[in-house]
Amino acid sequence: MTLLADIHTTDTWYLVLGALLFTIGSVGLMVRRNPLVMFMCIELMLNAVNLTFVTFARSLDDVGGQVIVFFVLVVAAAEVVVGLGIIVALMRRRPGATADDVATLKG
Amino acid sequence: MVDLVWLIPALPLAGFLVLVVFGRKLGEPLAGWFATLMCGGAFVTAVIVFAGLFDKPEHDRRVQQILFEWLPVGSLKVQLGFLVDPLSITMVLFVTGVGTLIHLYSIGYMHGDPKFSKFFVYLNLFAFSMLMLVLGNNLVVTFLGWEGVGACSYFLISFWFSNEANASAGKKAFITNRVGDWGFMLAMFLAFSSVGTLTYFSNGTNAGLLDASTLGTISAYTATAIAALLFIGAVGKSAQLPLYIWLPDAMAGPTPVSALIHAATMVTSGVYLMTRVSPLLHTGYSWLPALIAVIGALTALFAATIAVAQNDIKKVLAYSTVSQLGYMFLAVGSGAYVAAIFHMVTHAFFKALLFLGAGSVIHGMHDEQDMRRMGGLRKYMPVTAVTFIIGWLAIAGIPPFAGFWSKDDILLAAWAHGGTALWKVLWFVGFVTALLTAYYMSRQVFMVFFGKERFETEGDHAVHPHESPATMLIPLVALASLSLLGGGLNLPFTNSIKFLDRWLTPVVEASQRSFDIAGATQTGLAIATAVFCAVAIVVAARVYLQHKLDPVEPEVLAHAWYVDETITSFAGGPGEEAFEKVAEFDRGIIDGAVNGVGELVRTGSSKLRLAQTGYVRNYALGIAVGAFILVGLFLGRAF
Amino acid sequence: MFAIAAVIIIAGAVGVVLSANPVHAALSLVATLFGVAVLFVAQHADFLAAVQVIVYAGAIVVLFLFVIMLLGVDRAEDLDTEPLVGQRPAAIAAGIAILAAVLTGFWLNNRDFGGVAIGARSVAGKLSDPAEENVAKLGRLLFTDYLFAFEITSVLLVIAVVAAVVLARRAAGRETLEGEATTDKQVEVVE
Repeated sequence: MTLLADIHTTDTWYLVLGALLFTIGSVGLMVRRNPLVMFMCIELMLNAVNLTFVTFARSLDDVGGQVIVFFVLVVAAAEVVVGLGIIVALMRRRPGATADDVATLKG
Repeated sequence: MVDLVWLIPALPLAGFLVLVVFGRKLGEPLAGWFATLMCGGAFVTAVIVFAGLFDKPEHDRRVQQILFEWLPVGSLKVQLGFLVDPLSITMVLFVTGVGTLIHLYSIGYMHGDPKFSKFFVYLNLFAFSMLMLVLGNNLVVTFLGWEGVGACSYFLISFWFSNEANASAGKKAFITNRVGDWGFMLAMFLAFSSVGTLTYFSNGTNAGLLDASTLGTISAYTATAIAALLFIGAVGKSAQLPLYIWLPDAMAGPTPVSALIHAATMVTSGVYLMTRVSPLLHTGYSWLPALIAVIGALTALFAATIAVAQNDIKKVLAYSTVSQLGYMFLAVGSGAYVAAIFHMVTHAFFKALLFLGAGSVIHGMHDEQDMRRMGGLRKYMPVTAVTFIIGWLAIAGIPPFAGFWSKDDILLAAWAHGGTALWKVLWFVGFVTALLTAYYMSRQVFMVFFGKERFETEGDHAVHPHESPATMLIPLVALASLSLLGGGLNLPFTNSIKFLDRWLTPVVEASQRSFDIAGATQTGLAIATAVFCAVAIVVAARVYLQHKLDPVEPEVLAHAWYVDETITSFAGGPGEEAFEKVAEFDRGIIDGAVNGVGELVRTGSSKLRLAQTGYVRNYALGIAVGAFILVGLFLGRAF
Repeated sequence: MFAIAAVIIIAGAVGVVLSANPVHAALSLVATLFGVAVLFVAQHADFLAAVQVIVYAGAIVVLFLFVIMLLGVDRAEDLDTEPLVGQRPAAIAAGIAILAAVLTGFWLNNRDFGGVAIGARSVAGKLSDPAEENVAKLGRLLFTDYLFAFEITSVLLVIAVVAAVVLARRAAGRETLEGEATTDKQVEVVE
């Protein structure tokens, strides 16, 4: 325990964590087929970005980073609303549809 | 007075325009008289301009009248302008003079033809084009006229185009001319690219192609190239070997057309062109004039041999024209430009006369053209006969008729050239041709006007020959007098009466080849030629008049050395195959390339569209890869 | 503090990706969000941490669960098969590639993983300014320098609401719930 408390966590740790979170979210987006889970992965990615911004806000001593995060949050909320609306519309048509079934844009 | 020069081509042009619109309304014979009036007006204006030029001092006789700037393109400013100098006014005088006479003649000849007014439309258009050709102050205006006469020639040859053969003859003329025109165009391009100007003499706006200062700057190679290319054009227009094939076929047109275009004016434009650019010939290598002379001489001999065996009254004259044109080019090649122009003028007189006379015979014999069915016509057509005989004596080179003096000048120039032995050979060729000319022309006269009457006077094909109307006879008489007296233009006895020589000197003196010849040699040659020509006439009389000797008319000559047949078999056989191959190449490779590009795009796109799977997850993968590449780019810049 | 939060975050993330049942995934997401909120606090972003919990964890995830339950998609997904050929390996490769690229970027900036930030300092306002509180600072900026963006995002929210209503409503006679055959009037007319 003492050892852990002594470790000086620099900003880099946060950024690495953010990068890792982003990667996991993107892989999940590409791998999962359930549209809702895919959406959740998008949320993961957005959170990673938020974390990064906040870290930079602190290290650059600039509150602008937090303002950005604020806006990201708002937009993410709006996005979720619209996205879930789409998913609802989609699922009503075809119950049990996955992301692979929405392939009518095949060229 | 010289300023009126613009009126000379303007009058026939106005005639053309008026007749195009109102020709049919004016009808026969008013349309004909109107056209003749226009041409006559041009002649009168030409005389006035000539007087004005004559008034000027000898060294000052070059006037350019610029109407407007026609083609301003960058540094090249082609104008529509006229060049009045001794050479062009001489041409204009006989073009309009003989032209007016032929217009007059046509009123009688085309009597009763449903397309009477259209004939005069074309005649006036032709006059306009020819005058533009002769009066132009730069190569482009000359070319305008050049092409114009070619087009009018086509219109007029195929005037009675309901007959397939006539239409083909017109096409043949036009296409063969086109081959020559290609040379003319290349010459213009070369002149522009090497010298930068197309105008003959400098006039404030443009430098002069033929000015001594400009000629000093171009290499002999360039000058030769330009002149040679222009000569190709002349070969086509003036029916020399190998582009003469259209002229005999052109006899399918009405006889006034043959007289005007294919005897007096259009075919001489090649000679005019070469004389105009004589400074270029002089600056170039000496093999080019020699080549011109050789081609001229060969053409003269070649055509004369064919004329010996022809039975159509107009075909004889056609080949005779080709032959006489050959003489003119022989003169040009020998550097005797004055002799060439002199022969051009006299030839215009007697050849037009001969053609019009033939037309009168045809008219009187109700469109019979085969000489084997004529004979003894002098009783029925006395005026025609007498004028025709005058023309015959002129072309045969019997003194004191015009042809003797002009032909003699040419032969003298060849003999006295003083170069290699080639020129003596050319003299000999010209000499033999003169004999042949006398022979075949005599043959024609004896077959047509003398001897037994070989036409039927009874039955279905009865022919009652009669003399032609006055409108046709007046030009005949006029031309006959000119053929008789035309020699007076340039009698060689003393310098003071060499009018034409003195008149044209300022134009050609730089390039005229001067030669010293003893008076005795000159007289001797002249007398020898005349004597031998008289002998040829006697021989022809024995064959065709008295029937004491058998005629010599080999098949090969009657078929014009089978040239047309050879061309047809070549074009139909290997020629066509070669063109098929070219067409195949075009279809396969060129079209294939174009279509191939389309195919390529189609195949490529069909491969590319496989990326559009429609699956969102694939697209997400694409975005991820793209993001990686972007980050990589930024990183890359850091390194 | 950081270590615990980090572990929770990663565990939650992996849980989202690997859970077959979407409800499990939603719950893992909540864990991640909470972890991120903790880290926000550690980075002196108090207001944002609060908002994160309220909006994200509270509203958005609840919305997710609503939809899951509404549509009955709580069936487990078949995670073993992958219908798209090569998608999984490619996805993992792309993910690792991005991670590597980003980490390389960090490393380039500071070769011993010390401070990484190289941007301009204190553009909008000093975060560490003791005079104002975090909330007040944020609020002041939102209503002065970033007012335009603020208004736009509020319009965006209105649009989103309208869109949701339009998207999710039932057109008359066209769409049905599961079980009923869809009636396609146009097809009937043609046939």
